[in-house]
Amino acid sequence: MSQIDLTAFFLTLKLAFITTFLLYLAGIPISYYIAYSKSKFAFLLEALCSLPLVLPPTVLGFYLLLLLSKEGPIGSVWYKLFDRQLVFHFEGIVVSSFIYSLPMMVHPLSAGFRSVPKSLIEASLSLGKGPVYTLLRVVLPNMKASLLTGGVLSFAHTMGEFGVVLMVGGNIEGETRVVSIAIYDAVEKIDYTTAHVYSALLLLLAFLSLAMLYAINRRWSF
Amino acid sequence: MIQARLKKKLYGTNGEFELSAELKVEKGEFLVVFGPSGAGKTTLLRLIAGLERPEEGYILVDGSVWLDTQKGINLPPYKRSVGFVFQDYALFPNMTVLKNVMYGMPKKDKSKAVELLKLAGMEALKDRKPESLSGGQRQRVALLRALAREPQVLLLDEPLSALDHNLRSSLRKEIKAFQKRFNTTAIMVSHHLADALELADRVLFIKEGKLIREATPQELVEEKLKEKLVSSKNGKYLLELSKEELVEFFEFE
Repeated sequence: MSQIDLTAFFLTLKLAFITTFLLYLAGIPISYYIAYSKSKFAFLLEALCSLPLVLPPTVLGFYLLLLLSKEGPIGSVWYKLFDRQLVFHFEGIVVSSFIYSLPMMVHPLSAGFRSVPKSLIEASLSLGKGPVYTLLRVVLPNMKASLLTGGVLSFAHTMGEFGVVLMVGGNIEGETRVVSIAIYDAVEKIDYTTAHVYSALLLLLAFLSLAMLYAINRRWSF
Repeated sequence: MIQARLKKKLYGTNGEFELSAELKVEKGEFLVVFGPSGAGKTTLLRLIAGLERPEEGYILVDGSVWLDTQKGINLPPYKRSVGFVFQDYALFPNMTVLKNVMYGMPKKDKSKAVELLKLAGMEALKDRKPESLSGGQRQRVALLRALAREPQVLLLDEPLSALDHNLRSSLRKEIKAFQKRFNTTAIMVSHHLADALELADRVLFIKEGKLIREATPQELVEEKLKEKLVSSKNGKYLLELSKEELVEFFEFE
Protein backbone atom coordinates (compact mmCIF):
# COMPACT_ATOMS: atom_id res chain seq x y z
CA MET A 1 0.00 0.00 0.00
CA SER A 2 1.42 3.33 -0.97
CA GLN A 3 2.02 6.12 1.55
CA ILE A 4 -0.94 8.54 1.58
CA ASP A 5 0.19 12.14 1.29
CA LEU A 6 -2.46 14.52 2.62
CA THR A 7 -0.75 17.69 1.32
CA ALA A 8 -3.28 17.97 -1.51
CA PHE A 9 -6.14 17.59 0.92
CA PHE A 10 -4.89 20.34 3.23
CA LEU A 11 -4.10 22.57 0.27
CA THR A 12 -7.67 22.10 -0.96
CA LEU A 13 -9.07 22.93 2.48
CA LYS A 14 -6.92 26.07 2.62
CA LEU A 15 -8.10 27.05 -0.87
CA ALA A 16 -11.75 26.46 0.05
CA PHE A 17 -11.52 28.50 3.27
CA ILE A 18 -9.75 31.45 1.62
CA THR A 19 -12.08 31.41 -1.39
CA THR A 20 -15.21 31.25 0.78
CA PHE A 21 -13.94 34.11 2.94
CA LEU A 22 -13.22 36.26 -0.13
CA LEU A 23 -16.57 35.33 -1.63
CA TYR A 24 -18.35 36.55 1.50
CA LEU A 25 -16.45 39.85 1.31
CA ALA A 26 -17.30 40.44 -2.34
CA GLY A 27 -20.56 38.48 -2.54
CA ILE A 28 -22.41 40.54 0.07
CA PRO A 29 -22.04 43.92 -1.71
CA ILE A 30 -22.52 42.38 -5.17
CA SER A 31 -25.68 40.53 -4.13
CA TYR A 32 -26.96 43.58 -2.27
CA TYR A 33 -26.59 45.60 -5.46
CA ILE A 34 -28.25 42.90 -7.58
CA ALA A 35 -31.17 42.60 -5.15
CA TYR A 36 -31.85 46.26 -4.47
CA SER A 37 -30.46 48.27 -7.36
CA LYS A 38 -33.03 50.11 -9.45
CA SER A 39 -30.54 50.40 -12.31
CA LYS A 40 -31.87 48.92 -15.53
CA PHE A 41 -28.44 47.38 -16.12
CA ALA A 42 -28.31 45.40 -12.86
CA PHE A 43 -29.36 42.28 -14.78
CA LEU A 44 -26.04 42.43 -16.67
CA LEU A 45 -24.10 42.04 -13.44
CA GLU A 46 -26.40 39.18 -12.43
CA ALA A 47 -25.79 37.45 -15.77
CA LEU A 48 -22.04 38.00 -15.49
CA CYS A 49 -21.97 36.45 -12.01
CA SER A 50 -23.94 33.43 -13.27
CA LEU A 51 -21.67 32.76 -16.26
CA PRO A 52 -19.45 30.22 -14.46
CA LEU A 53 -22.55 28.07 -13.95
CA VAL A 54 -23.05 27.51 -17.66
CA LEU A 55 -19.55 27.85 -19.10
CA PRO A 56 -17.45 24.69 -19.43
CA PRO A 57 -14.63 24.92 -16.85
CA THR A 58 -12.08 24.66 -19.65
CA VAL A 59 -13.49 27.76 -21.37
CA LEU A 60 -13.46 29.68 -18.11
CA GLY A 61 -9.99 28.32 -17.36
CA PHE A 62 -8.71 29.33 -20.79
CA TYR A 63 -9.85 32.93 -20.44
CA LEU A 64 -8.60 33.11 -16.88
CA LEU A 65 -5.24 31.80 -18.08
CA LEU A 66 -5.06 34.66 -20.59
CA LEU A 67 -6.13 37.23 -17.97
CA LEU A 68 -3.86 36.00 -15.19
CA SER A 69 -0.73 35.14 -17.17
CA LYS A 70 2.36 37.34 -16.91
CA GLU A 71 1.33 39.12 -20.13
CA GLY A 72 -2.38 39.34 -19.25
CA PRO A 73 -4.06 42.51 -17.91
CA ILE A 74 -4.45 41.22 -14.34
CA GLY A 75 -1.41 38.94 -14.22
CA SER A 76 0.97 41.66 -15.42
CA VAL A 77 -0.14 44.07 -12.66
CA TRP A 78 0.22 41.31 -10.08
CA TYR A 79 3.69 40.49 -11.39
CA LYS A 80 4.77 44.13 -11.15
CA LEU A 81 3.45 44.39 -7.60
CA PHE A 82 4.68 41.09 -6.15
CA ASP A 83 7.35 39.91 -8.60
CA ARG A 84 5.54 36.58 -8.86
CA GLN A 85 3.25 35.06 -11.45
CA LEU A 86 -0.38 34.37 -10.72
CA VAL A 87 -0.65 31.32 -12.97
CA PHE A 88 0.83 28.09 -11.63
CA HIS A 89 0.74 29.55 -8.13
CA PHE A 90 -1.64 29.24 -5.22
CA GLU A 91 -2.82 32.88 -5.54
CA GLY A 92 -3.81 32.16 -9.13
CA ILE A 93 -6.02 29.24 -8.18
CA VAL A 94 -7.58 31.38 -5.43
CA VAL A 95 -8.58 33.94 -8.09
CA SER A 96 -9.89 31.18 -10.38
CA SER A 97 -11.82 29.49 -7.58
CA PHE A 98 -13.29 32.82 -6.60
CA ILE A 99 -14.64 33.38 -10.12
CA TYR A 100 -15.71 29.76 -10.54
CA SER A 101 -17.68 29.67 -7.26
CA LEU A 102 -19.07 33.21 -7.48
CA PRO A 103 -22.59 32.09 -8.49
CA MET A 104 -22.68 29.67 -5.54
CA MET A 105 -22.41 32.69 -3.23
CA VAL A 106 -24.24 35.37 -5.21
CA HIS A 107 -27.39 33.36 -5.98
CA PRO A 108 -28.37 32.44 -2.42
CA LEU A 109 -27.33 35.84 -1.10
CA SER A 110 -29.32 37.85 -3.64
CA ALA A 111 -32.33 35.59 -2.94
CA GLY A 112 -31.74 36.23 0.76
CA PHE A 113 -31.59 39.99 0.33
CA ARG A 114 -34.81 39.88 -1.69
CA SER A 115 -36.51 37.88 1.06
CA VAL A 116 -35.93 40.54 3.73
CA PRO A 117 -39.04 42.76 3.82
CA LYS A 118 -38.29 46.26 2.62
CA SER A 119 -40.20 47.68 5.57
CA LEU A 120 -37.56 46.30 7.99
CA ILE A 121 -34.87 48.24 6.20
CA GLU A 122 -37.03 51.36 6.09
CA ALA A 123 -37.87 50.96 9.79
CA SER A 124 -34.19 50.82 10.65
CA LEU A 125 -33.35 53.86 8.51
CA SER A 126 -36.25 55.83 9.97
CA LEU A 127 -34.99 54.93 13.46
CA GLY A 128 -31.80 56.83 12.73
CA LYS A 129 -29.52 53.98 11.68
CA GLY A 130 -27.38 54.28 8.55
CA PRO A 131 -27.23 51.75 5.70
CA VAL A 132 -24.16 49.85 6.98
CA TYR A 133 -25.55 49.50 10.52
CA THR A 134 -28.88 48.42 9.02
CA LEU A 135 -27.12 45.83 6.87
CA LEU A 136 -25.20 44.37 9.80
CA ARG A 137 -27.91 44.50 12.46
CA VAL A 138 -31.13 43.98 10.52
CA VAL A 139 -30.62 42.65 6.99
CA LEU A 140 -27.90 40.00 7.42
CA PRO A 141 -29.30 38.51 10.67
CA ASN A 142 -32.64 38.05 8.91
CA MET A 143 -31.13 36.09 6.05
CA LYS A 144 -28.95 33.68 8.05
CA ALA A 145 -30.11 30.68 6.03
CA SER A 146 -28.98 32.32 2.78
CA LEU A 147 -25.62 33.27 4.29
CA LEU A 148 -25.07 29.71 5.43
CA THR A 149 -26.20 28.26 2.09
CA GLY A 150 -23.86 30.59 0.17
CA GLY A 151 -20.93 29.69 2.40
CA VAL A 152 -21.45 25.93 2.34
CA LEU A 153 -22.11 25.75 -1.40
CA SER A 154 -19.08 27.92 -2.19
CA PHE A 155 -16.89 25.85 0.10
CA ALA A 156 -18.09 22.50 -1.26
CA HIS A 157 -17.93 23.72 -4.87
CA THR A 158 -14.35 24.90 -4.41
CA MET A 159 -13.38 21.62 -2.76
CA GLY A 160 -14.51 19.72 -5.85
CA GLU A 161 -13.29 21.92 -8.70
CA PHE A 162 -10.98 20.46 -11.30
CA GLY A 163 -10.95 21.96 -14.77
CA VAL A 164 -10.40 25.63 -13.95
CA VAL A 165 -7.71 24.88 -11.36
CA LEU A 166 -5.90 22.56 -13.74
CA MET A 167 -5.95 25.16 -16.54
CA VAL A 168 -4.71 28.02 -14.36
CA GLY A 169 -2.63 26.24 -11.74
CA GLY A 170 -1.37 23.13 -13.47
CA ASN A 171 -0.37 20.23 -11.24
CA ILE A 172 2.35 21.44 -8.91
CA GLU A 173 2.62 19.55 -5.65
CA GLY A 174 2.14 21.72 -2.57
CA GLU A 175 1.26 24.73 -4.69
CA THR A 176 -1.65 23.95 -7.01
CA ARG A 177 -2.28 20.20 -6.80
CA VAL A 178 -5.69 20.08 -5.17
CA VAL A 179 -7.49 16.85 -4.25
CA SER A 180 -9.44 16.48 -7.49
CA ILE A 181 -6.22 16.78 -9.51
CA ALA A 182 -4.44 14.41 -7.14
CA ILE A 183 -7.23 11.85 -7.70
CA TYR A 184 -6.87 12.20 -11.47
CA ASP A 185 -3.11 11.86 -11.11
CA ALA A 186 -3.41 8.78 -8.91
CA VAL A 187 -5.84 7.06 -11.29
CA GLU A 188 -3.49 7.72 -14.20
CA LYS A 189 -0.71 6.06 -12.21
CA ILE A 190 -3.07 3.20 -11.31
CA ASP A 191 -2.63 4.13 -7.63
CA TYR A 192 -6.20 3.28 -6.67
CA THR A 193 -5.55 3.38 -2.93
CA THR A 194 -4.66 7.07 -2.99
CA ALA A 195 -7.56 7.75 -5.35
CA HIS A 196 -9.89 5.90 -2.97
CA VAL A 197 -8.73 7.76 0.12
CA TYR A 198 -8.97 11.17 -1.53
CA SER A 199 -12.32 10.39 -3.14
CA ALA A 200 -13.75 9.05 0.11
CA LEU A 201 -12.55 12.13 1.97
CA LEU A 202 -14.13 14.45 -0.62
CA LEU A 203 -17.34 12.45 -0.65
CA LEU A 204 -17.57 12.47 3.15
CA LEU A 205 -16.79 16.18 3.41
CA ALA A 206 -19.30 17.08 0.69
CA PHE A 207 -22.02 14.96 2.30
CA LEU A 208 -21.34 16.32 5.80
CA SER A 209 -21.34 19.92 4.54
CA LEU A 210 -24.70 19.48 2.82
CA ALA A 211 -26.22 17.49 5.70
CA MET A 212 -25.19 20.22 8.13
CA LEU A 213 -26.59 22.89 5.80
CA TYR A 214 -29.98 21.21 5.48
CA ALA A 215 -30.16 20.37 9.20
CA ILE A 216 -29.50 23.96 10.25
CA ASN A 217 -31.82 25.36 7.58
CA ARG A 218 -34.61 23.07 8.77
CA ARG A 219 -34.09 24.23 12.33
CA TRP A 220 -34.17 27.89 11.29
CA SER A 221 -37.29 27.44 9.20
CA PHE A 222 -39.42 26.04 12.08
CA MET B 1 -43.45 72.93 13.98
CA ILE B 2 -43.55 71.23 10.59
CA GLN B 3 -43.95 73.17 7.38
CA ALA B 4 -43.98 71.28 4.14
CA ARG B 5 -44.90 71.58 0.50
CA LEU B 6 -44.51 68.46 -1.56
CA LYS B 7 -45.20 67.39 -5.13
CA LYS B 8 -44.84 63.92 -6.56
CA LYS B 9 -46.35 62.01 -9.46
CA LEU B 10 -48.22 58.89 -8.40
CA TYR B 11 -49.87 56.04 -10.23
CA GLY B 12 -53.33 55.07 -9.05
CA THR B 13 -56.06 52.78 -10.30
CA ASN B 14 -57.39 55.60 -12.48
CA GLY B 15 -53.99 56.39 -13.96
CA GLU B 16 -51.39 59.01 -13.14
CA PHE B 17 -52.13 61.80 -10.66
CA GLU B 18 -50.08 64.32 -8.75
CA LEU B 19 -49.70 64.39 -5.01
CA SER B 20 -49.61 68.07 -4.20
CA ALA B 21 -49.73 68.89 -0.52
CA GLU B 22 -48.95 71.90 1.60
CA LEU B 23 -49.19 71.50 5.34
CA LYS B 24 -48.31 73.15 8.60
CA VAL B 25 -48.40 71.22 11.86
CA GLU B 26 -47.88 72.91 15.22
CA LYS B 27 -45.58 71.45 17.88
CA GLY B 28 -47.44 68.81 19.87
CA GLU B 29 -50.37 68.78 17.46
CA PHE B 30 -51.97 65.53 16.32
CA LEU B 31 -52.89 65.77 12.66
CA VAL B 32 -54.91 63.07 10.96
CA VAL B 33 -54.80 62.93 7.17
CA PHE B 34 -58.07 61.35 6.23
CA GLY B 35 -58.99 59.93 2.87
CA PRO B 36 -59.72 56.85 0.79
CA SER B 37 -57.18 54.19 -0.20
CA GLY B 38 -54.92 55.24 -3.06
CA ALA B 39 -55.28 58.96 -2.35
CA GLY B 40 -51.57 59.40 -1.59
CA LYS B 41 -51.74 59.32 2.23
CA THR B 42 -48.94 56.82 2.79
CA THR B 43 -46.74 58.52 0.18
CA LEU B 44 -47.14 61.79 2.05
CA LEU B 45 -45.77 60.18 5.23
CA ARG B 46 -42.98 58.45 3.32
CA LEU B 47 -41.95 61.76 1.77
CA ILE B 48 -41.75 63.38 5.20
CA ALA B 49 -39.70 60.45 6.51
CA GLY B 50 -37.36 60.63 3.51
CA LEU B 51 -38.25 57.13 2.32
CA GLU B 52 -39.32 58.61 -1.01
CA ARG B 53 -38.08 61.59 -2.96
CA PRO B 54 -40.48 64.24 -4.21
CA GLU B 55 -40.14 65.95 -7.57
CA GLU B 56 -40.45 69.32 -5.89
CA GLY B 57 -40.88 70.79 -2.45
CA TYR B 58 -39.47 71.53 0.97
CA ILE B 59 -39.77 70.28 4.53
CA LEU B 60 -38.89 72.46 7.50
CA VAL B 61 -39.00 70.95 10.98
CA ASP B 62 -38.46 73.25 13.99
CA GLY B 63 -36.42 75.55 11.77
CA SER B 64 -34.12 72.91 10.28
CA VAL B 65 -34.32 72.06 6.60
CA TRP B 66 -34.93 68.39 5.87
CA LEU B 67 -35.68 68.91 2.22
CA ASP B 68 -35.38 71.72 -0.25
CA THR B 69 -35.37 70.61 -3.86
CA GLN B 70 -34.43 74.09 -5.08
CA LYS B 71 -31.28 74.12 -2.95
CA GLY B 72 -30.61 70.42 -3.56
CA ILE B 73 -31.04 69.50 0.11
CA ASN B 74 -32.52 66.08 0.85
CA LEU B 75 -31.59 64.55 4.21
CA PRO B 76 -31.59 60.74 4.14
CA PRO B 77 -34.17 59.07 6.42
CA TYR B 78 -31.62 58.28 9.13
CA LYS B 79 -30.78 61.96 9.51
CA ARG B 80 -34.41 62.99 10.00
CA SER B 81 -35.77 62.78 13.51
CA VAL B 82 -38.87 60.70 12.84
CA GLY B 83 -40.56 57.77 14.46
CA PHE B 84 -42.38 55.81 11.79
CA VAL B 85 -45.06 53.30 12.76
CA PHE B 86 -45.65 51.04 9.79
CA GLN B 87 -48.91 49.42 8.82
CA ASP B 88 -47.30 45.97 9.02
CA TYR B 89 -45.43 46.93 12.25
CA ALA B 90 -42.01 46.10 10.72
CA LEU B 91 -40.62 44.77 14.00
CA PHE B 92 -37.18 43.21 13.72
CA PRO B 93 -37.75 39.43 13.95
CA ASN B 94 -34.19 38.76 15.10
CA MET B 95 -34.53 40.94 18.19
CA THR B 96 -36.51 40.66 21.42
CA VAL B 97 -39.25 43.14 22.28
CA LEU B 98 -36.82 45.04 24.52
CA LYS B 99 -34.13 45.22 21.84
CA ASN B 100 -36.70 46.40 19.31
CA VAL B 101 -37.71 49.24 21.64
CA MET B 102 -34.08 50.14 22.38
CA TYR B 103 -32.99 49.98 18.72
CA GLY B 104 -33.61 53.60 17.81
CA MET B 105 -32.61 55.19 21.13
CA PRO B 106 -29.88 57.79 20.64
CA LYS B 107 -28.29 56.48 23.86
CA LYS B 108 -29.20 52.90 24.67
CA ASP B 109 -31.02 53.14 28.00
CA LYS B 110 -32.40 49.79 29.10
CA SER B 111 -34.18 51.14 32.18
CA LYS B 112 -35.99 53.74 30.08
CA ALA B 113 -37.04 51.11 27.56
CA VAL B 114 -38.32 48.88 30.37
CA GLU B 115 -40.18 51.87 31.82
CA LEU B 116 -41.87 52.46 28.46
CA LEU B 117 -42.85 48.80 28.24
CA LYS B 118 -44.25 49.01 31.76
CA LEU B 119 -46.40 51.99 30.77
CA ALA B 120 -47.88 49.92 27.97
CA GLY B 121 -48.31 46.87 30.23
CA MET B 122 -45.78 44.93 28.16
CA GLU B 123 -42.92 44.50 30.63
CA ALA B 124 -43.52 40.77 31.01
CA LEU B 125 -43.05 40.32 27.27
CA LYS B 126 -39.72 42.11 27.02
CA ASP B 127 -37.70 38.96 26.27
CA ARG B 128 -40.14 37.57 23.72
CA LYS B 129 -39.55 37.69 19.97
CA PRO B 130 -42.13 39.57 17.83
CA GLU B 131 -43.35 36.35 16.17
CA SER B 132 -44.85 35.20 19.46
CA LEU B 133 -46.88 38.39 19.99
CA SER B 134 -50.46 39.13 19.01
CA GLY B 135 -51.30 41.87 16.49
CA GLY B 136 -52.15 44.38 19.21
CA GLN B 137 -48.98 43.64 21.16
CA ARG B 138 -46.88 44.04 18.02
CA GLN B 139 -48.49 47.37 17.31
CA ARG B 140 -47.76 48.56 20.86
CA VAL B 141 -44.11 47.56 20.47
CA ALA B 142 -43.93 49.37 17.11
CA LEU B 143 -45.34 52.51 18.74
CA LEU B 144 -42.99 52.29 21.73
CA ARG B 145 -40.02 51.73 19.43
CA ALA B 146 -40.89 54.86 17.47
CA LEU B 147 -41.43 56.91 20.65
CA ALA B 148 -38.29 55.64 22.41
CA ARG B 149 -36.31 57.47 19.78
CA GLU B 150 -37.80 60.74 21.05
CA PRO B 151 -38.52 61.90 17.51
CA GLN B 152 -39.44 65.40 16.48
CA VAL B 153 -42.21 63.92 14.34
CA LEU B 154 -44.21 60.75 14.91
CA LEU B 155 -45.58 59.32 11.67
CA LEU B 156 -48.31 56.70 11.85
CA ASP B 157 -49.30 54.85 8.70
CA GLU B 158 -52.75 53.36 9.36
CA PRO B 159 -51.33 51.58 12.41
CA LEU B 160 -54.68 50.16 13.50
CA SER B 161 -56.03 48.92 10.20
CA ALA B 162 -55.10 45.27 10.73
CA LEU B 163 -56.70 45.03 14.17
CA ASP B 164 -60.22 44.19 15.33
CA HIS B 165 -62.42 47.02 16.53
CA ASN B 166 -62.09 46.39 20.30
CA LEU B 167 -58.32 46.47 20.06
CA ARG B 168 -58.40 49.51 17.78
CA SER B 169 -60.37 51.41 20.36
CA SER B 170 -58.03 50.65 23.27
CA LEU B 171 -54.89 51.25 21.18
CA ARG B 172 -56.21 54.61 20.03
CA LYS B 173 -56.42 55.68 23.65
CA GLU B 174 -52.86 54.50 24.23
CA ILE B 175 -51.53 56.29 21.16
CA LYS B 176 -53.18 59.51 22.24
CA ALA B 177 -51.92 59.14 25.83
CA PHE B 178 -48.32 58.54 24.70
CA GLN B 179 -48.43 61.39 22.20
CA LYS B 180 -49.67 63.79 24.92
CA ARG B 181 -47.16 62.50 27.46
CA PHE B 182 -44.19 63.12 25.14
CA ASN B 183 -45.75 66.21 23.51
CA THR B 184 -44.73 64.74 20.15
CA THR B 185 -45.94 66.25 16.91
CA ALA B 186 -47.84 63.46 15.19
CA ILE B 187 -49.17 62.87 11.71
CA MET B 188 -51.34 59.85 11.18
CA VAL B 189 -52.97 58.73 7.98
CA SER B 190 -56.19 56.80 8.09
CA HIS B 191 -59.34 56.06 6.20
CA HIS B 192 -61.16 55.26 9.42
CA LEU B 193 -63.47 57.95 10.70
CA ALA B 194 -63.19 56.80 14.30
CA ASP B 195 -59.40 57.39 14.19
CA ALA B 196 -59.93 60.96 13.07
CA LEU B 197 -62.59 61.58 15.69
CA GLU B 198 -60.72 60.21 18.65
CA LEU B 199 -57.12 61.13 17.90
CA ALA B 200 -57.00 64.27 15.84
CA ASP B 201 -56.59 67.85 16.93
CA ARG B 202 -57.14 68.65 13.29
CA VAL B 203 -58.20 66.61 10.27
CA LEU B 204 -56.99 67.11 6.70
CA PHE B 205 -58.95 65.54 3.89
CA ILE B 206 -56.98 64.14 0.98
CA LYS B 207 -58.43 63.09 -2.37
CA GLU B 208 -56.45 62.05 -5.43
CA GLY B 209 -53.32 63.61 -4.03
CA LYS B 210 -54.82 66.97 -3.09
CA LEU B 211 -55.48 68.21 0.42
CA ILE B 212 -58.99 69.41 -0.28
CA ARG B 213 -59.96 70.88 3.09
CA GLU B 214 -59.42 70.76 6.82
CA ALA B 215 -61.73 70.39 9.78
CA THR B 216 -61.73 69.91 13.51
CA PRO B 217 -62.99 66.56 14.82
CA GLN B 218 -66.10 68.38 16.09
CA GLU B 219 -66.86 69.70 12.62
CA LEU B 220 -66.35 66.22 11.25
CA VAL B 221 -68.83 64.80 13.76
CA GLU B 222 -71.41 67.45 12.93
CA GLU B 223 -70.97 66.84 9.23
CA LYS B 224 -71.36 63.10 9.57
CA LEU B 225 -74.39 63.53 11.80
CA LYS B 226 -76.02 65.70 9.15
CA GLU B 227 -75.29 63.03 6.57
CA LYS B 228 -76.82 60.43 8.85
CA LEU B 229 -79.89 62.53 9.50
CA VAL B 230 -80.45 62.80 5.81
CA SER B 231 -79.64 59.21 4.99
CA SER B 232 -81.24 57.45 7.94
CA LYS B 233 -84.76 57.62 9.25
CA ASN B 234 -83.53 56.73 12.71
CA GLY B 235 -80.54 59.05 12.52
CA LYS B 236 -81.92 61.60 14.95
CA TYR B 237 -80.80 59.73 18.02
CA LEU B 238 -77.16 60.27 17.00
CA LEU B 239 -77.46 63.88 18.13
CA GLU B 240 -77.70 62.73 21.71
CA LEU B 241 -74.57 60.55 21.69
CA SER B 242 -71.40 61.47 23.57
CA LYS B 243 -68.04 61.70 21.74
CA GLU B 244 -67.03 58.20 22.97
CA GLU B 245 -70.35 56.76 21.81
CA LEU B 246 -69.92 58.44 18.44
CA VAL B 247 -66.44 56.97 18.06
CA GLU B 248 -67.94 53.57 18.86
CA PHE B 249 -70.72 54.18 16.37
CA PHE B 250 -68.39 55.18 13.55
CA GLU B 251 -66.13 52.26 14.32
CA PHE B 252 -68.71 50.06 12.60
CA GLU B 253 -69.45 52.45 9.74
